[in-house]
Amino acid sequence: MISLAHYIVLGAVLFCIAVAGLFINRKNVIVLLMSIELMLLAVNMNFVAFSRFLGDVAGQVFVFFILTVAAAEAAIGLAILVLLFRTRSTINIADIDSMKG
Amino acid sequence: MPTLNDILILLPEFYLVAAACVLLLLDAFMKPAQRPLLHWLSIAVLLVAIYLVMAVPPSQALTAFGGMFVRDGVAEILKVFALGTTAMVFVYARPYLIDRKLVGGEFYTLMIFAVLGIMLLVSAGNLVTVYLGLELLSLSSYALVALNRDARLPPEAAIKYFVLGALASGMLLYGMSMVYGASGMGGTPTLDLAQLHNVMSYTTAPTLLLFGLVFMIVGIGFKLGAAPFHMWIPDVYQGAPTPVTTFIASGSKLAAFGMAYRLLDAGMGDLAQHWQLMLAVLAVASLAIGNLVAIVQTNLKRMLAYSTISHMGYLLLGLSAAGPEGYAAAMFYAICYALMGVAAFGVMMAMTRAGFECEEIADLKGLNQKSPWMAFLMLLAMFSLAGVPPLFGFWAKVLVLEAAIHANMLWLAIVGIVFAIIGLYYYLYVVKVMYFDKPVEGGAAQVQADRPLRLVLSLNALSLLALGLYWGPLLAWCRRAFGL
Repeated sequence: MISLAHYIVLGAVLFCIAVAGLFINRKNVIVLLMSIELMLLAVNMNFVAFSRFLGDVAGQVFVFFILTVAAAEAAIGLAILVLLFRTRSTINIADIDSMKG
Repeated sequence: MPTLNDILILLPEFYLVAAACVLLLLDAFMKPAQRPLLHWLSIAVLLVAIYLVMAVPPSQALTAFGGMFVRDGVAEILKVFALGTTAMVFVYARPYLIDRKLVGGEFYTLMIFAVLGIMLLVSAGNLVTVYLGLELLSLSSYALVALNRDARLPPEAAIKYFVLGALASGMLLYGMSMVYGASGMGGTPTLDLAQLHNVMSYTTAPTLLLFGLVFMIVGIGFKLGAAPFHMWIPDVYQGAPTPVTTFIASGSKLAAFGMAYRLLDAGMGDLAQHWQLMLAVLAVASLAIGNLVAIVQTNLKRMLAYSTISHMGYLLLGLSAAGPEGYAAAMFYAICYALMGVAAFGVMMAMTRAGFECEEIADLKGLNQKSPWMAFLMLLAMFSLAGVPPLFGFWAKVLVLEAAIHANMLWLAIVGIVFAIIGLYYYLYVVKVMYFDKPVEGGAAQVQADRPLRLVLSLNALSLLALGLYWGPLLAWCRRAFGL
């Protein structure tokens, strides 16, 4: 039987993978966008699990909002990525270092 | 079902949505010659919104849509100042945007949507509303930072802001999911902030609740720009077009205070003894990093960015006092910082022209000889930021320090005073450069001839002096909002 704890651990593992992806990744901005998406999905996993096991729909409604906003967020992220590529012909994270200090 | 009453409570917000859509349509169908009209219409839209917010001063907190939305004194003050500072940004931005050929409907519409996000955020009564308000503000801000598409720095600043902002939202949401779960263990699960207030007293999973609290504080720290979550602030301030930087330094900070207050006091008030110390640690780190790193900056925008980080440290000093007195002091500080930030960046915008950003501190050399009035306005802003009496910034600092002392955190107040003295150096350095250095070729010679800009900027900077001499009514207003 799969219990609430299993889902919460799965959510935590997904969240950790996403955060690790954000910090360890040194190559590509698109991987950052994927990590952000994964992080929000980990949160959704938590909300749905709590909502299901505690018998309250509010958590699932929140998930709909998060999914919708995540779509808008990805659109803006990709738009900024296109601008970045246009101005400097690279999306390598190590090259995005014009500002320091 | 939403009733007419719910809609009336949200009238300023509904009005602003409608107005933003109308502006967008007007921009699409206007002839180029009529475009300047858009600017004045946008300012008028914001002024009418201020009127609508103030028209019905809430005698007690009104809630709409089943507690999703709260309209109380705190929300009223934060909304008035967020709308007011944004209107000022519009006035200052016009010559800047015209010079760089950025003027267009998207700037005004995105700004108005960002303000709408602020209004929703500071009125949030539910975790869903907090999230939606925050994202409306953040998504508009990301786009605004990248407004100057063809320059080298803005897209870089925007992607940094975007990635770290999304990370912060993720952390905040993860914390919210934990809090939601904890509220359901031993009780009814809820997302309502008022009901979350006393979860600690009954929950059978206090560890889960505290875990959620920590994640939420990380999210709040990111949005405030408190160290050690401040990495995005300097790059975004430097890379964004100056009007957008001004907005992020004023309206966004008011929103971040509103969010912290709603989540921590309304939502997690029972856990005050736990988050008090976390905020104190953030405050000390922000004061130290902000003030020390600002000293070595040569870029004025970057210096003001680090100065923001230190000011957020003072704001956290007030918040960590965890009581109505502390919140009132912190809100007073947020308002004060918003006005000072708008004034300081306003002077920069007044002296920029196409191809000259007036971004380096060295650009201000000998400003007093070329334009004494602008130098004087900048002097007022710098002295107020530094907290020199009798200017506005001084009283704001005194109040947060007082609140910290009353909350038995004398050590925190002492740290605050020490760093205020260290911080004096880099503000006074700007004044020294303006008044005692020789002017250089290509420095800030011309001041924008735009009359409204000069008038509003002068009033803005002089208000720092006026409010420094006569701060009682504003403070009383802030204290009344917290029931003092």
